Amino acid sequence: MDAIVGQEDTDAEDKRDVLISVRDLVVGFGDRTILNHLNLDIYRGEILGFVGTSGGGKSVLTRTILGLVPKQSGTVEVFGQDLDTLNESQRSAVERRWGVLFQQGALFSSLTVKQNIQFPLRENLKLSQSLMDDIAYAKIEMVGLKCDAGEKLPSELSGGMIKRAALARALALDPDILFLDEPTSGLDPIGAGDFDELIRTLQQTLGLTVFMVTHDLDSLHTVCDRIAALADGKVIAQGTIETMMESHHPWLRAYFHGTRARAVRSER
Amino acid sequence: MAPASLLDVRRDGDELKAVGAGVWTSENADTLEQLVTEAARATGQSRSAQIDLSKVERMDTFGALLLERLRRAWTREGVEPRVVGLKRRYSVLIQEMSRTGLEPHPTPRRHEAAVERLGHNMVNIFEDAARLLNFVGATVAAFLRMLARPRTFRFTSMVNQIDRVGLRAVPIIILITFLIGCILAQQGIFHFRRFGADIYVVDMVGVLVLRELGVLIVSIMIAGRSGSAYTAELGSMRMREEVDALRVMGFDPVEILVIPRLFALLIGLPLLTFIGSMAALVGGGLVCWFYGGIQPGVFLDRLKDAISIDHFLVGMIKAPFMAAVIGIVACMEGLRVGGSAESLGAHTTASVVKAIFLVIVMDGLFAMFFAAIDM
Repeated sequence: MDAIVGQEDTDAEDKRDVLISVRDLVVGFGDRTILNHLNLDIYRGEILGFVGTSGGGKSVLTRTILGLVPKQSGTVEVFGQDLDTLNESQRSAVERRWGVLFQQGALFSSLTVKQNIQFPLRENLKLSQSLMDDIAYAKIEMVGLKCDAGEKLPSELSGGMIKRAALARALALDPDILFLDEPTSGLDPIGAGDFDELIRTLQQTLGLTVFMVTHDLDSLHTVCDRIAALADGKVIAQGTIETMMESHHPWLRAYFHGTRARAVRSER
Repeated sequence: MAPASLLDVRRDGDELKAVGAGVWTSENADTLEQLVTEAARATGQSRSAQIDLSKVERMDTFGALLLERLRRAWTREGVEPRVVGLKRRYSVLIQEMSRTGLEPHPTPRRHEAAVERLGHNMVNIFEDAARLLNFVGATVAAFLRMLARPRTFRFTSMVNQIDRVGLRAVPIIILITFLIGCILAQQGIFHFRRFGADIYVVDMVGVLVLRELGVLIVSIMIAGRSGSAYTAELGSMRMREEVDALRVMGFDPVEILVIPRLFALLIGLPLLTFIGSMAALVGGGLVCWFYGGIQPGVFLDRLKDAISIDHFLVGMIKAPFMAAVIGIVACMEGLRVGGSAESLGAHTTASVVKAIFLVIVMDGLFAMFFAAIDM
């Protein structure tokens, strides 16, 4: 706990403060190696966009960092702690400090939106019901939903509302870092643009660090501070969007200079 | 962290002064809430108020929300507080919080009262009966359409289903009915022996197994094993919009999904009933031999005298009707699954419970029918 207070206390935040550090990570299923000695750093306060071929291991990397997929070798350090060396209570302390937005939302279908948001609160904190209600509705409003969405079941929500409600649940415990798995997929361009905006606002309001797996070229241009590209099981390039555009790697050229990419750029 | 100093309220002449300190985050939210509730009542005769946050080290949504609560409570009392000493990086958060919570919360979903639920359940029973008849009608209609165009019958699909609900169920059916036969014979011998009527055990086992137990045990097993599988399969297809996909491609889901499954049961269940009845007789015979000392030759002779082809037919005639009930109930429940995982579970339970209930009701009706026609 003390270490955390020490880090956050500096008002002039060090931009190079590493929150998550992945070293030499190898993950595979059977004979297939998906991630091959991958290295990646995520810095405090940034929005990192993560791109890569479909089926190339973007989700696998996210799930490995979150501990959902076992790794073959390498280390994952979160908040300066190696996840392998933590005991159960230390690990759950780490898990309380990250929020995850799954691609399909993964809201619990038998609970209302309000109960979904209160679920992590109820499990981790001792709070009065009135405070939990206030917190839940504050989060609902922060993600841009109307209050009456709180009493709805996930099956009564539209796709965009599900994403927002799931984001509210991911933010329930005020995490330091937010993982987003294709947050704008399945949303119309206006909805996707609003969602990007929302992520940017929340990131500034709450001082979040965001790790975003995405295919949305608009999101990459508008909200991401930095982009990392995955190919052949490795991070082949990282940097700002300009760096990506100038890269000579064939896949990156195809990705950032393809027809759709040109269309996005010509709008600007 | 000293919780008592999170928020300190003092009165300074006409001015009310609150001094916040420490860590205003989720971990301390409970303590802070109590302090805020106390402070909210402490306005008294004050004319102005000030909240000093310069000593607050960290703040998150929880702290910001409670600050906003205190601010609003004092404002309602007529003393609008000035907030001073706020770290700049938290000002956006505080502003954001001051915009939320202005609308009243919607009323929570009400749980049904007991009487209300009773009423709903009663209505449901009639609706269920209507739905069942409706579905029987849809199935018959699909069947007739299929008769007009026999080539549309999905033979491969049916064979696959027969393999799953029939062939693969054989070992467990044999095991269970064999054990039931053993138990029946053992109980019979144990009690009949007191009257010296051991040999009538063969009559009892024979009649009971062939007429009633064989078909009942097998039907109940299949309702639990295959009926639930049908409901879960069709239910998850509905959840993933596969059923809707069939419909928009111009196919009738009943024709494609229900008919092959129903026919698989109609063929599989009588066969399983036959196998199960034989296994039960074998079990009964073995117990009679080893426990009751009735030689197999004697057992078979007695069995030949005790039972007629009628007993066997009564059991076998019932089997396809049981199959139809199980198949129709299971498929109907499967196609009614809604969007949630909970709904899938509820309908799978309903499918098994209703199927077993209807199987037993049907068995009772058949008992009256066969008694009336002297069979």
